[in-house]
Amino acid sequence: MKTLLDCNKGCVVKVLKLNTKGDLKQRLISFGIMKEAVLEVLEHAPGKSTIEIKVGKMRIALRAQEAELIEVQKI
Amino acid sequence: MNEVDPKACPITANHIKVALVGQPNVGKSMLINSVSNAHLHVGNFSGVTVDKTEVLFDYEEYSFTVVDLPGTYAFTDYTIEERVTHDYLCAEDYDIIINVVDSTNLEKNLQLTSELLTMSKKVVIALNMSDEAEKEKIKINAKYMSELIGVPCVKVSAVTKEGIGELIEAVIKKHENVRNKPKLFFSEPVEEEIAQVVWYLDKHRFESANTHRNIAINLLKNNKKTYATLHDEPIWTELQPILIEASKHIELHHDSDDIKEAFAEEYAAFNRGIVAEVVKQEIKLTKRTTTEQIDSILIHPIAGIPIFLFFMWSLFQLTFEVGAMPMEYIDSFFIWFGETLGSTISNDDIRSLIVDGIIAGVGAVVLFVPNIIILFIGISLLESTGYMSRVAFLLDGFFHKFGLHGQSFIPLVTGFGCSIPAYMSARILKNDRDRLLTLFIIGFMSCGARLPVYVLFAGAFFSPEMAGNILFLIYIGGALLGLAAAKLLKLTAFKGLEEPFVMEMPKYRLPSVKLIWHTVLTKTMMYLKKAGTYIAAASMLIWFLSNYPHNFVIEESYTSIISMTNKEDVKIKLQYELDEALLEASYLGRIGKFSEPFFMPLGFDWKMSVALQTGLAAKEVVVSTLSVLYSLGGDVDQDSNSLMGAISKNISLASAIAFIVVIMIYLPCLAASVVFTREAGHIKYFFYLFAFTSITAYVMAFFAYNIVLVLT
Repeated sequence: MKTLLDCNKGCVVKVLKLNTKGDLKQRLISFGIMKEAVLEVLEHAPGKSTIEIKVGKMRIALRAQEAELIEVQKI
Repeated sequence: MNEVDPKACPITANHIKVALVGQPNVGKSMLINSVSNAHLHVGNFSGVTVDKTEVLFDYEEYSFTVVDLPGTYAFTDYTIEERVTHDYLCAEDYDIIINVVDSTNLEKNLQLTSELLTMSKKVVIALNMSDEAEKEKIKINAKYMSELIGVPCVKVSAVTKEGIGELIEAVIKKHENVRNKPKLFFSEPVEEEIAQVVWYLDKHRFESANTHRNIAINLLKNNKKTYATLHDEPIWTELQPILIEASKHIELHHDSDDIKEAFAEEYAAFNRGIVAEVVKQEIKLTKRTTTEQIDSILIHPIAGIPIFLFFMWSLFQLTFEVGAMPMEYIDSFFIWFGETLGSTISNDDIRSLIVDGIIAGVGAVVLFVPNIIILFIGISLLESTGYMSRVAFLLDGFFHKFGLHGQSFIPLVTGFGCSIPAYMSARILKNDRDRLLTLFIIGFMSCGARLPVYVLFAGAFFSPEMAGNILFLIYIGGALLGLAAAKLLKLTAFKGLEEPFVMEMPKYRLPSVKLIWHTVLTKTMMYLKKAGTYIAAASMLIWFLSNYPHNFVIEESYTSIISMTNKEDVKIKLQYELDEALLEASYLGRIGKFSEPFFMPLGFDWKMSVALQTGLAAKEVVVSTLSVLYSLGGDVDQDSNSLMGAISKNISLASAIAFIVVIMIYLPCLAASVVFTREAGHIKYFFYLFAFTSITAYVMAFFAYNIVLVLT
């Protein structure tokens, strides 16, 4: 299983599943991070603690713990 | 309601109450500002507006009340600010919704729109930032879009004021017309299930203000409120199995066990369809956008943090260097003003009140206006360019180690300007524990009002080349101390799970000169107004407390000795001793003397002790108190009249550093304490904060004093 955290800078992936529920899942969905969405990894903060991704035209910062919950597939 | 203002009396037949809704950072407040003459705070990050604000204005024969609601990504109640919007839209009384969307990112914005369309309310869509969209060669067919989704869509730009008139016309037209149904359709399997529920409601002639379709959608979406209402109805027993069955089908269709996720996907599909129909982007952007290019430098894993520190350092250098330039003129102006005005007043007491009390006190605060202006320009640049969110991104990992949330950065930076808006903006944090923790350490970020104290002491003890660095050190030191305090609190009082960090990084925008000018002007005027009212009154009070009761016994004994000597220098020395003795006999002197033993271990004389106590009201008062006390107490050095000179003569370096440490840490001011208590939700938190900051300040100052004593 590959998660968003495993992706390197510049990687383009498709979301397969959100391994979370409740508020955080709602939050991710409201940012457009949902099944079938295409994400691009733009940048890692020092120590890979936080990553910046692109969903559509929107740039979003996520913490490593959250990125780990997003199951993805390379496209 | 504002009934006094005759221009915008809302109680007329032609009154329209508008709820302004949209995702964060789409320019809602800016749109209100360009529609009316309001001056709401505008910035380039999510979470500028954290509470609802009402603005009244007239247009032709209509009067409008526009309610600016905090931005929300979806129709949820995730954070406090989102809850404000959610509750307002569900429970309050309003006529029409203006949904503001960002034309350059329509698909994402429509996510909220499509949820609004399922409410049975009148909606008008404002396609904002149409000027930016044009620059990016994004063409939106507003007319076609209006037809497709069944609500009027109007292209506007809050910046260029284009389309504002059309938007208001559309709102009026929509308001007059009978509600026409928005055309929001789901996929066939979902529509079938909705039809099933609607059919059942129709069959039982269920009576409700909402349409049956609306109720059906809400039920299927697991809307708690709709459930609660229907739960008490007799039809519930038959309805429930139908709903369970329907939900199962929908979940199966979406291969998900979460009905909300399923609906989100439904909405997303609808939005994709709309965007595909109405948006034409001529040039496909394969190259990196400007924002991404800037980001590759500013949030670079290695260079990012040094760049940020360099920006901050430059800001404080500028604050001191450039701010010091006009200081001399302001200072000599107030001395001249005091002398000129003083010479026209014959009564000694009144002259002293006006010259030594009010003018000295207010003058000492006004002196720092240039520094304040530079600091505010810096902060408003940070707010309006979009850099703020980048710093949150860079620092999240670091902050996280201290138990803080990356988004805490936003209230913390705001805290460098003023603690009051900082306490308010902590609402962007969802988790109450995180929010409380942030509230507790906002005070460690030195606010603009403390700047005068720092500039005063840095200028008094360090060369002008060093003073800027010292200022930077004080601010960074305060921030680091705040982080350490956060860690301590996280380990003890605020233990628990942390909030996820998911934050939008807005597009970089060139700051508009007009906007910055306006923000800085408003804040500076507020500072000046405070100096003219609050500080002037405090200066008068301090003058009174330091002049009364007048001890005639001491005065007479000194006067008789002074008249006996012939030597000038002895006379001056005696006069100074007399002034000191009189001051010590005053009310303020007594308070100071009483509390002096308590502050003795920190190396403070009684004047400094008093200044710290009056500083609880506001930090500017520290400066005016010192100014009044040292100008009354008689300045030994006759060449330099200024407060800076008096301070470097009378206070040791160790005491000065301990003093700065206390100012850095203890309570910001009375007004901020009130806001803190309100935001924290209970008075007990204020007492915790008071105890926490006072004890920390005392202990840290004690160490600072003794370490400097040993070193020097």
